[in-house]
Amino acid sequence: MIRLPAFEYLAPRTVGDAVKYLADRGADAMLVAGGTDLFPNMKRGQFEPKALVGLRGIRELSGVSGDGRAGLTIGAATTLSAVAAHPEVARRYPALATAAGLVSSPQLRNAATLGGNVCVDTRCNWYNQSYEWRKAVGFCMKKDGDICLVAPGSSRCWAVSSSDTAPVLWALGATARLAGPAGERTLPVSALYQDDGIAYLAKRPDEILTELALPAADGWDSVYLKLRRRGSFDFPVLGVAVAVRREGEVVREARVVLGAVASTPREAAAASTALVGQRLTSESITRAAEAAAGPAKPLDNTDFTHPYRKRLVRVYVARALARLAGLDAGPSSFDGFEGRPGFPGEPRALAGGVRGGSSPPRLNNQGAISGPPPST
Amino acid sequence: MNIRLSLTVNDESRELLVPVHKTLLEVLREDLDLIGTKHGCELGECGTCTVLVDGAPVLSCIALPADLQDSDITTVEGMADGSRLHPLQQAFAELGAAQCGYCTPGILLTAKALLADDPTPTRQRIREALAGNLCRCTGYTKILDAVELAALRMGQRPVRAMT
Ligand SMILES: Cc1cc2nc3c(=O)[nH]c(=O)nc-3n(C[C@H](O)[C@H](O)[C@H](O)COP(=O)(O)OP(=O)(O)OC[C@H]3O[C@@H](n4cnc5c(N)ncnc54)[C@H](O)[C@@H]3O)c2cc1C
Ligand code: SF4
Ligand code: FES
Ligand code: FES
Repeated sequence: MIRLPAFEYLAPRTVGDAVKYLADRGADAMLVAGGTDLFPNMKRGQFEPKALVGLRGIRELSGVSGDGRAGLTIGAATTLSAVAAHPEVARRYPALATAAGLVSSPQLRNAATLGGNVCVDTRCNWYNQSYEWRKAVGFCMKKDGDICLVAPGSSRCWAVSSSDTAPVLWALGATARLAGPAGERTLPVSALYQDDGIAYLAKRPDEILTELALPAADGWDSVYLKLRRRGSFDFPVLGVAVAVRREGEVVREARVVLGAVASTPREAAAASTALVGQRLTSESITRAAEAAAGPAKPLDNTDFTHPYRKRLVRVYVARALARLAGLDAGPSSFDGFEGRPGFPGEPRALAGGVRGGSSPPRLNNQGAISGPPPST
Repeated sequence: MNIRLSLTVNDESRELLVPVHKTLLEVLREDLDLIGTKHGCELGECGTCTVLVDGAPVLSCIALPADLQDSDITTVEGMADGSRLHPLQQAFAELGAAQCGYCTPGILLTAKALLADDPTPTRQRIREALAGNLCRCTGYTKILDAVELAALRMGQRPVRAMT
């Protein structure tokens, strides 16, 4: 058995008590919600908290309220299964339902929370390993060491922001509510992150994320696409979240946000700008997709080669925009063979079949039949 | 730090005192001797440790029992009704949907939850429900077949009982 190290467990019933427990214990304590990120990491020695403050017993932290007209508020401890299955989320904020529903596996989503997904640790091939592996290879600065093994001359860590929902919440213009010893504050999800693999959250360690608020959805459409090696289990190697507000057919506002390309989700502002005032045609889509590739600077520290990941940014942004334009109805998750989403044991359609546009209809993760994605 | 747990496991209420950092998987296997629940990766990456908590499949290797006070837990030991196998178990045995069998307890429970939610799932729905259970032996086809067969039989049972 790979066991958890011993810790003291505190299970407050209110946010106020949770804030107090966290403040009392200081740097020795960590928060835990579903534990689906933290517990595997603790088993591998990435975190060694003396005390855990559990959020699962706090009723006020879970549930969804409001609607697409006025805006929706989601408690930080709401499970990803509940977010993905919520009818108003699915109807008015489809990118969020898609992203929540593509995290890891069904079992994991029954325990994992939205707040935990927003705060999920950054990832790197040199870090997400057992203690013994890391010791044998030589520790890096994210834990137990002092150099970066990916970029040895670098003074910072480049571990990758790997949340599926973070780029979507950013693209949707969501705000995060935080509770801390000094009271409550809200900030845009776009201000919750910073580009550093270790200090990737801009929130203070004594602050608890209590809820995520989505603005009114009227006029907005959104889509999320995810690249990973297998159709299940795997973290995003690239996530593309796009939200647009159109009047008639003309785009009035747009946000294109990339996941897993840096230590923070990264807005492709030039792509967003390129879309405003335009209709979504194959020309405007191509221009925006070219512009989106700029800010993506993946390093060689996740699955797949980094030139491939960089190249796929353009392809995925184009595909996401084509989806919004009604030019494509393909699946939301792709494995690295351009194959089909879904089941780990399913035979993969190898590259080639898809590009020519002649592959058979496919089933997406929501069970809808779809045609091949457009050639890009 | 120890914690007093009160859990309902396979319809029996259990009270026990365990270190708070033991996972549900460890408590089931080591404190309750329910070794039908398997340990694979122990890191959330394979699904063989799946049990039902209030009817929903969860990964026991990364679940903390302290969070599950007073929940209803079902393990593979709770599936058969005395000596009568659950229709899923029966179908898995008949169709050879288990080879080494290591993934089987987790898959049976995940499929049980699926059929409780949707008694007539499409093949695609079964694939999606089982997308968190790895099997290194079968190639999955017989597993999908067995879940379909069990669904069919479970749907027919009331009809049969009437004749
Ligand atoms: C096999 C496997 C596959 C995975 N695949 C994916 C994937 O595809 N996509 C993906 O995005 N993630 C993935 N994950 C990571 C993780 O399971 C999810 O991100 C999940 O949503 C985390 O939520 P949680 O509630 O379990 O977080 P926890 O593990 O409880 O917490 C994660 C971090 O957030 C902090 N935290 C939690 N809640 C709060 C809060 N309310 N306020 C402040 N801080 C908080 C914790 O202190 C901890 O640092 C995977 C994990 C595993 C083990
Ligand atoms: S990017 Fe460098 S410092 Fe950060 S986890 Fe990877 S090897 Fe370690
Ligand atoms: S043992 Fe729990 S997921 Fe592998
Ligand atoms: S039967 Fe051996 S792992 Fe599934």
